[in-house]
Amino acid sequence: MTTRRKILLVTTDQQRYDTLGCNGGILARTPVVDALAAGGIRYERAHPQAAVCMPSRSTILTGQHPATHGVWMNGVPLPEDAPSVAEVLRRAGYRTALVGKSHFEPYLDPFLRFPENALGRTGTTPAGGVHRGFEHLELATHGPVGPLHYARWLAEHHPESVGGFYRVLDASMQVNAEGGGDTGAPQVAVNPIERGWYHTDWVADRTIAWLDSLGSADDWFCWMSFPDPHHPWDPPQSEVGRIDWRDVPLPAGYPQSAAERERILDAKPRHWRLWYDGELVSNYEAPAAWVPATLTADQVREVNARNAVECELIDEALGRVLARIAERGWGDDVDVVFTTDHGELQGDFGLLFKGPYHVDALMRLPLVWRPAPSSGPVPAVVARPVGLLDLAPTFCAIAGVEPPGWMQGRPLPCDDDDAGARRFERVLTAWDSELFGVDVHLRTVTRDGWVLTAYLAGTVHDGTEGELYDLAADPLQQVNLWDDPARRAVREDLLGDLWDHQPPQRVPRLRVEAPV
Amino acid sequence: MTAARASVRVESRIARPADEIWALVGDPTRQHEWFPGIVGCTVDGDVRTITTGAGLVLPERLLTVDRLQRRLQYRITAPMVREHLGTIDVHDLGDGTSLVVYATDAEPAVVALVIGGAAANALEHVRDLLEGAR
Repeated sequence: MTTRRKILLVTTDQQRYDTLGCNGGILARTPVVDALAAGGIRYERAHPQAAVCMPSRSTILTGQHPATHGVWMNGVPLPEDAPSVAEVLRRAGYRTALVGKSHFEPYLDPFLRFPENALGRTGTTPAGGVHRGFEHLELATHGPVGPLHYARWLAEHHPESVGGFYRVLDASMQVNAEGGGDTGAPQVAVNPIERGWYHTDWVADRTIAWLDSLGSADDWFCWMSFPDPHHPWDPPQSEVGRIDWRDVPLPAGYPQSAAERERILDAKPRHWRLWYDGELVSNYEAPAAWVPATLTADQVREVNARNAVECELIDEALGRVLARIAERGWGDDVDVVFTTDHGELQGDFGLLFKGPYHVDALMRLPLVWRPAPSSGPVPAVVARPVGLLDLAPTFCAIAGVEPPGWMQGRPLPCDDDDAGARRFERVLTAWDSELFGVDVHLRTVTRDGWVLTAYLAGTVHDGTEGELYDLAADPLQQVNLWDDPARRAVREDLLGDLWDHQPPQRVPRLRVEAPV
Repeated sequence: MTAARASVRVESRIARPADEIWALVGDPTRQHEWFPGIVGCTVDGDVRTITTGAGLVLPERLLTVDRLQRRLQYRITAPMVREHLGTIDVHDLGDGTSLVVYATDAEPAVVALVIGGAAANALEHVRDLLEGAR
């Protein structure tokens, strides 16, 4: 019997490109992912098709742009009958599992209407035996509250640990602005939980348990999905001492004077500065009561230190899973893909969290593909743009399955020559949000070393605004060239390219059913 | 700044007479029959208590049950909800079809969005129930 390549998809949540050692990161030690990159392919310009969880994760699953799969903002559930690469692989004979954070359906669900929330009560096998192509789902999110498996496990086995986590929502059910730690930074807290009970290790433990349930000859696709390093930044306190925030340098993207921050923000479309000043909240993903202008340099340091600790814990958890895979004798036949759903501002421009801001902090993602050693991979670095929508067809290619026509991406290139030959030229990203009377709409193309964002009309935009950055000359995207007459030709060329390549739009548009 | 309160309106056109729809959605004791995610519903005078699928027990006060206007209004009185008004209207469109409108005003604002999303799903369920029953 021929052995097929198995697939381990590892995702994190809200992780920046520069948090990995292999990408030049200097805070977190990530030897496991670095080793995967050294033996495989590291992508330097991988972008999400949406810079927020639900649309981006739906793109990973479907291989489609948000406009097409229909999850245009957080709170819009992915239809249960949406196409799924997991289902394609399952039908090809793969055993399939998703362990950790799914977030294809809203979390704020007091009515328990959504299957992934309801599954926590009934077990790990969905009704009918499969959900979105997965035969096994064991789910977690950022804390111990809610109906998912991790919260139920923690409440049952370690109830004394539940209260130590940061309270993600405040009394108004908004994302909590409360500060903590040494600096009072928002979404930071001292969490006394034992390391082994924290969700990062739980996700690895449950992944290992599922792998242990398989037969040696099984082919499998496992999506191991860590909720970190997404805020809240409340890793086990026992691990926080790994990195003293006082020693953390300020990120290059953090302008250290208020005047400089404001000058940079004022050259961008209005919602940037309005949010910074606390005058406009356009989306649910950042604390509504938090005013970015109050962020201090020490708070940036502490957030970055804690974020780095969370990245280290993920790396170590992944190492345990890979060790178990090797013990099972699968090591040579497993493809490992490591990535995330979107980035985090983490101090850039004096901001934290995420929102309608299409810059590298949120769009440039870590992506490493270590093909199965038995396939004879040649290590490479790919500089050309690729997208998360390329993952699903990549998994099909690994499995020897023809990518279905509904997938809009292509198998990832193995190197830049391959990328050039197959014309990987651009990657698209979109943002749409409509919440409590405020709407924001962005369309972005990244191509030829430029990133261009066009704004559609919305609450504070008239549809003429935009952003244009030269990624080589301005890697921090602090100089907006949209109105620079000398760049007019570049702008018009990129705008034409952007509109020429917009994906088909799902009709009718799906409804927002919750804020997140 | 973000709004403390919010108002969300959802609606569904249903190919059934208004009185037939009102008999279901206008009866405060029957909400669990047509609202997915509400698993229990009891009425004692003007106090209604619902239980959600997640086990949340919510006390409500019935404000309006007007058969002639086909309007039902209620208020969630749980402490976590600072302000709430739910309004269900059934409009006869005069062609054998009806428009059902479910409006939710609430503070915190998030409550309106969560109930509004569930209500939209519920109105689709009502349509399926009644149109499928023809």
